[in-house]
Amino acid sequence: MKPRQKRFVLIGLGLVALAVAAALVLNAFQSNLVFFFTPTQVANGEVPHSRSFRIGGMVETGSLTREGDGLTVHFIVTDMAKRVPVTFKGILPDLFKEGKGAVAQGQLGADGTFLASEVLAKHDENYMPPEAAEALARAKAAGAQSSNTLVIKPQ
Amino acid sequence: MALAQINWFKYSSPQAFYPLAGRMIPWFATIAALLIGVGLYIGFFVAPTDFQQGQSYRIIFVHVPAAWMSMFLYVVMAIWAGLGLGLNARPSFMMAQAIAPTGALFTFLALFTGAMWGKPTWGAWWVWDARLTSELILLFLYAGVMLLRTSIDDPRRADRASAVFALVGVVNVPIIYFSVRWWNTLHQGASVSMTAAPKMAATMLTAMLVMTLGFWMYSIAVTLARMRCVILERERRSSWGMHHSHREAVEVH
Repeated sequence: MKPRQKRFVLIGLGLVALAVAAALVLNAFQSNLVFFFTPTQVANGEVPHSRSFRIGGMVETGSLTREGDGLTVHFIVTDMAKRVPVTFKGILPDLFKEGKGAVAQGQLGADGTFLASEVLAKHDENYMPPEAAEALARAKAAGAQSSNTLVIKPQ
Repeated sequence: MALAQINWFKYSSPQAFYPLAGRMIPWFATIAALLIGVGLYIGFFVAPTDFQQGQSYRIIFVHVPAAWMSMFLYVVMAIWAGLGLGLNARPSFMMAQAIAPTGALFTFLALFTGAMWGKPTWGAWWVWDARLTSELILLFLYAGVMLLRTSIDDPRRADRASAVFALVGVVNVPIIYFSVRWWNTLHQGASVSMTAAPKMAATMLTAMLVMTLGFWMYSIAVTLARMRCVILERERRSSWGMHHSHREAVEVH
């Protein structure tokens, strides 16, 4: 082998070793890299108990209620498999809507209600003009048009 | 074929590349200006408003192309760095050096426009999710490549050290790209990908692709210009380099 080819082989082997190392490290940190937990993980008890964490999912349609003070809101976050009721006192982001994604940070109460200290809207990857969205909504009036990063798809 | 008869390796010598780059820069710069102009026009005046976000989504015409270019340029830089190490070729290292600042610029642009969009849309300027964090690491990698080069005085050692650093950092690029699929992130998934139909209206997609091409042409123009500076800087002690540096100086004054 010429020295030049040898160098390229060494570079290639180095990159492969690096990729394997990175894959192993990422795999080990898998759970720490998760930005939010899903309602299914909450139901299975896979969430931290003594510290605050984030849950994410769709805001269930028709579940949003506001208390008399105008600030405290209740809604249900779902991944179409499990549901978690959330209570939040504060201002919701503009894009927070029923049937859309949201991520809430807070702690799980004893009664299974998630007490959120911060709520973020999770936008999905669909971009379209309002007319197209209306047509789409009419077409599938019942089905939830949702982000595929939030909902657990039936296998 | 006329193309086949050109000895392309001729242009791998800095002396031959220097004037060639000089002739190509105006072309790439002009095409870049045209494409970015057309892309911004379509993006701001032709593309419809979004059904959820209204007008604020229009940041994607800068944000997404900038983010794509930041990853693409890193891979190109790493390829040149790898070629430089393998072939022991100085011009390849020079190309890697010339690309880095433009890549860093696009990374910053992607992060900055993302923050501008995140506040009204998500309700937060910044969150530590996998996509945002890995893109921030990309900015640090670009900074590391550039700093490592300037911190070593001997150009040969500087070339090799920063090339190894650039190659090590390339693992971050697939992490950025797939982060939204591998982990739960606040950042949305890909609207445009190689494997699925685009999840956006056709006009929006057109504007985004035209902007991407424009950014690409801009990157080539700026990299060639920077390449000329790098060549002059490194060849300043050779008789060829002294001649050209002197001529540039005369042209400027």
